[in-house]
Amino acid sequence: MNTLLRIKNLHVSVEGKAILHGIDLSINAGEVHAIMGPNGSGKSTFAQVLAGREQFEVLQGSIHYAGENLLTLSPEKRARAGIFLAFQYPVEIPGVSNVYLLKTALNAIRKQRGEAELDAMDFLERVKQHTAMMQMDEELLYRSVNAGFSGGEKKRNEILQLLMLEPRLAILDETDSGLDIDALQVVANGVNSLRDDTRAFLLVTHYQRLLDYIRPDFVHVLAAGRLVKSGGPELALELEQRGYSWLKEAAVAATP
Amino acid sequence: MTVSNPQISRLLDQEYSAGFVTDIDADSVPPGLSEEVIRFISAKKQEPQFLLDWRLKAYRHWLSMPVPQWSSVHYPPIDYNAISYYSSPKSRGQAPASLEEVDPKLLDTYAKLGIPLAEQKQLAGVAVDAVFDSVSVATTFKDTLAEHGIIFCSFSEAVREHPDLVQQYLGSVVPPTDNFYASLNSAVFSDGSFVYVPKGVRCPMELSTYFRINAANTGQFERTLIIAEEGSYVSYLEGCTAPMRDENQLHAAVVELVALQDAQIRYSTVQNWYPGDSQGHGGIYNFVTKRGACRGDNAHISWTQVETGSAITWKYPSVILEGDNAVGEFYSVAMTNNYQQADTGTKMIHLGKNTRSTIISKGISARQGRNAYRGLVKVLKGAEGARNYTQCDSLLIGDRCGAHTFPYIEVKNPTARVEHEASTSRIGEEQLFYCQQRGLSAEDAVTLIVNGFCKQVFNELPMEFAVEAQKLLGINLEGVVG
Repeated sequence: MNTLLRIKNLHVSVEGKAILHGIDLSINAGEVHAIMGPNGSGKSTFAQVLAGREQFEVLQGSIHYAGENLLTLSPEKRARAGIFLAFQYPVEIPGVSNVYLLKTALNAIRKQRGEAELDAMDFLERVKQHTAMMQMDEELLYRSVNAGFSGGEKKRNEILQLLMLEPRLAILDETDSGLDIDALQVVANGVNSLRDDTRAFLLVTHYQRLLDYIRPDFVHVLAAGRLVKSGGPELALELEQRGYSWLKEAAVAATP
Repeated sequence: MTVSNPQISRLLDQEYSAGFVTDIDADSVPPGLSEEVIRFISAKKQEPQFLLDWRLKAYRHWLSMPVPQWSSVHYPPIDYNAISYYSSPKSRGQAPASLEEVDPKLLDTYAKLGIPLAEQKQLAGVAVDAVFDSVSVATTFKDTLAEHGIIFCSFSEAVREHPDLVQQYLGSVVPPTDNFYASLNSAVFSDGSFVYVPKGVRCPMELSTYFRINAANTGQFERTLIIAEEGSYVSYLEGCTAPMRDENQLHAAVVELVALQDAQIRYSTVQNWYPGDSQGHGGIYNFVTKRGACRGDNAHISWTQVETGSAITWKYPSVILEGDNAVGEFYSVAMTNNYQQADTGTKMIHLGKNTRSTIISKGISARQGRNAYRGLVKVLKGAEGARNYTQCDSLLIGDRCGAHTFPYIEVKNPTARVEHEASTSRIGEEQLFYCQQRGLSAEDAVTLIVNGFCKQVFNELPMEFAVEAQKLLGINLEGVVG
């Protein structure tokens, strides 16, 4: 098996407060993993630590990505190496057009891969194709990044970027929250279209709903900063029925 | 966000690249200000009597004026007797008849600054007047312009060749008694640029003046006068740099614009005077009076400024909208890093009917930078149907900088419509992280975000200069995050 991401005993704190207490997880190329868990369990922290957010401090443990020590890489180097985070709350950047950011990002990543800059026509063709797939108004390409976008438009825009940048490891941080069923399906189609045996996905979500559309290979439950249970897709269904409390209690009991 | 990202810090720390000194013999008067010095300057320039009288009147008035205290900038009192009021490259002698006669050291200085004056390398479509310390050293494309009847020359030359025009318009927009620094300038101004565009002529190229302060302990007091006759059009740009020196240097310029009926003047500034070091030592005091008068119906004046340099910037390019349907515009980006201070804005005075004005001000403050927008929109009784739209946005980088907005609005006509919008935002750690997560370096991310913030203003600059301005902003932002 081709291990893309290997996390060992990961401990993370923010502003002196410990959030993650020893995470172990391996993800192989071609797999889709879902991380589920209640509010405040550390899901978003986990997603952002993988992307290299500086305010989170890694206290212990290691993360290796494609055999490389990820913890020594800056966020942009991780991005250029093929790690993509679809943000839970995409930020607005006034005055910077959406399509300009996309192009700048794509060229930064292509440069890293040793590929030439995409010429304007090819780029535009590809953007339009993906914009259509995400059922987005093309006008959004020429608006400032996320400025005045609805919640759903912001999430679709994240997946549009994902489609353009074709990462090897895509982390979706609650991309499903705030989406109606139609939008959820569009987002899922986008993600599924990229699934192949060279890429892996890490879906961070509260709800089983997303997993009806993007079927995971593995489901993990994160509670109080620990992965307390792992299983197949059936675990998500069980959580839907029983909630998280039974696992939370187990996690608290395990805290030294 | 505290300024904690080392990459952005490096971006902010970039050195001032125009800070070199040209080693050239200069003909200077000893420091000090008196009627004698003024007579010396006037005699040196072989000025007619009316101009000497005008200077002396301004000087006598200046002596009676208190130093203005109303702005938000702070600096120790200036000793006006410690400044030399005239410095000219010695080799120059009389005005050079052609570029071959210009000292090669001077040409080299401008080449280093990216302003080629030698004919074969001239910027296509841009005529340049180069002002070094107190005098104009070269003006390019004069002949081409002359074919259209356009006069573009140094102020001294205009005084010699076109004294009637100078006498008619000098001080007609900014009187010699206008304010402390304008009066000082009127008394001692040494050179500057002069532009006259005849009736109905559309100036075929951008006109540009490049100001350079070189000598130590020297003030630069230039005066620019632009006259656009009926139905004419001209676009003018000024750029500025100075060497790095420990002491502060004074730059007190006056710019007057006159647009007659149906005429349009676009005046753009990219100001990159030496800002002082990261501890706040040295740098230029940029105390400038700029004002335009729309003297006829449908006249149109736009000021666009990108202010990135100077220890202190104190300027309010203004428009007096006298004619009916006249239009005044002010587009500004002012950036302060380290200990720089900027107090800038505009005055739009509506006199004519259906006059319109637009003010877009973008202030960027990094580190301990201080930025204030100060503006006046005044609608007088007769200005039926006058309209103004003002937008003031401030962008903060780090948590030790400051931004303030002081809008003054005086409306004496009930049909006027005046709108004011203001916002303050911070380059967030989240915006940076978002861009970095998409593969951009922190430097590129900051530049992207700042350029986005300034876009409305950059859109108003002539194309070549918009690119320059973006670069300059990038350079001045080096090390901002850190």
